[in-house]
Amino acid sequence: MSVRRVMGTEVEYGISVQGQPSANPMVASSQIVNAYASSTVKARRARWDFEEESPLRDARGFDMARQVADPTQLTDEDLGLANVILTNGARLYVDHAHPEYSSPEVTTPLDVVRWEKAGEQVMLDASRMAALVPGSTPIVLYKNNTDNKGASYGAHENYLMRRSTPFAEIVRHLTPFFVSRQVVTGAGRVGIGQDGRDTTPERGFQISQRADYFEVEVGLETTLKRPIINTRDEPHADPAVYRRLHVILGDANLAEVSIYLKSGTTSLVLAMIEDGFIDRDLSVEGAVKALRDVSHDPTLRHLVTLRDGRRLTAVQLQLEYLDLARKYVEDRYGADADEQTVDVLARWESVLTRLERDPMECAAELDWVAKLKLLTQYRDRDDLDWDDAKLHLIDLQYADVRPDKGLHHRLAAAGRIERLLDDATIEAAMHDPPVDTRAYFRGRCLDKYADSVAAASWDSVIFDLPGRESLQRVPTIDPLRGTRAHVGELIDRSDTAQALVAAITR
Amino acid sequence: MAQEQKQPRKSSQEETATEEVVESDVAERKEMIDEDVDAILDEIDEVLETNAEDFVKSFIQKGGQ
Repeated sequence: MSVRRVMGTEVEYGISVQGQPSANPMVASSQIVNAYASSTVKARRARWDFEEESPLRDARGFDMARQVADPTQLTDEDLGLANVILTNGARLYVDHAHPEYSSPEVTTPLDVVRWEKAGEQVMLDASRMAALVPGSTPIVLYKNNTDNKGASYGAHENYLMRRSTPFAEIVRHLTPFFVSRQVVTGAGRVGIGQDGRDTTPERGFQISQRADYFEVEVGLETTLKRPIINTRDEPHADPAVYRRLHVILGDANLAEVSIYLKSGTTSLVLAMIEDGFIDRDLSVEGAVKALRDVSHDPTLRHLVTLRDGRRLTAVQLQLEYLDLARKYVEDRYGADADEQTVDVLARWESVLTRLERDPMECAAELDWVAKLKLLTQYRDRDDLDWDDAKLHLIDLQYADVRPDKGLHHRLAAAGRIERLLDDATIEAAMHDPPVDTRAYFRGRCLDKYADSVAAASWDSVIFDLPGRESLQRVPTIDPLRGTRAHVGELIDRSDTAQALVAAITR
Repeated sequence: MAQEQKQPRKSSQEETATEEVVESDVAERKEMIDEDVDAILDEIDEVLETNAEDFVKSFIQKGGQ
């Protein structure tokens, strides 16, 4: 494979009820999801179908007992919290104490960007709709990962992989990549340490929002003892053929180039692991500490020690993967490599080259650099120390989803951030599903037969049809079936859900 | 700069003139960058939440995944 594979992202948004810091975040999150659902979701609201969820299945081959699991790990119990499926195939719901948008399944890095950015617009619309409810207090949402007081919430990535790839190989080759990729994918953070209290002078800014919250190298947890490689094994596809790599390490990015390179480069590295192409051992000594040390040095000079004794900067470590990826794509595809694979390689190289020369050259592409540049300008103009509240405010407000208040949005509007997609393309993705995965079937059914869809999930759509005693479950176990090519015409000519189900089950 | 080195040796008078031009170019560019920075900071000043201290203190989240 190339940069192409079945992928998707899930973002938990920071939530703040204006003027009420002690407001219940679960209630506020429900208000957000319900406001969006009641004003956009047609007729009856389809339930989320939990039948196929198994959050305690471990990729290493065993199940965790439910009794020993932390309550926050039991994500498959319908707690009555708001939970809706959108016509673009995404899931919008309340996860723990945050509103979360899980994108539909897509197959290219640019589509990851498109449907993740659509999620930002969904959240923005949702907060505006919630504000229209009489007597409500405005709720503001933030696409970030920490309150800088000890709490962190995730922006997860999912990559469908071949089951036959040994998990140990994934851990071995992906860990050094994950330790170093933050130089490209970091969102930037003011504050060091989980509670942000380490205010050593000239050590106030770090590359990653999430690095300080990771404590082990491999594990199943996502809310505590967070691991660099998460082992949750819940493929939402045929488990004999696929595993879904659940990546919990990443930052929530606003910059389109950051999101694009994050999914594109990770997908390429996974392809090399699946094909057994990585011929060198880049294993890092003390990966958890290395992850933090890299994050804590925005000058990018920190040297990571490899198990073989070599000492490389994070950028040099990334260049090793780039070198491998170039050879891999040349070897497998030559001149036939697809456009996005070629583009990801070129951009990755360009960014790494400039990061090595002067990180500030990437201020129009990468979140952490854009944020650091702005902070540096403020520090220079107003002579501010890193513990100044104004710098912390800038960090938080960078991620505000409102176009008039969010600093990322202001920089983008001023032409200081490179865009890969125009607004109209992103807006269309709030409603339209991707055409090349099963999300197409799910989204079109929700759009066209809302009254007849009782429930849906990643791997099923369940219909409640008049005259039928039992619910009709249409499994969508293969992520690459149910595409427009497969079912587009069928849905077009089926005026009712009965007609559709009759045609499918005939 | 690399290009200039490739050029044939000039008289000292010409050299001085070139340097002056380069210097004023740099000064002009720096001025433009400074104005640019001021403009974006002014714009952002206008949208920043008013009480930074209160805002940062009250941004409290529950942990997630």
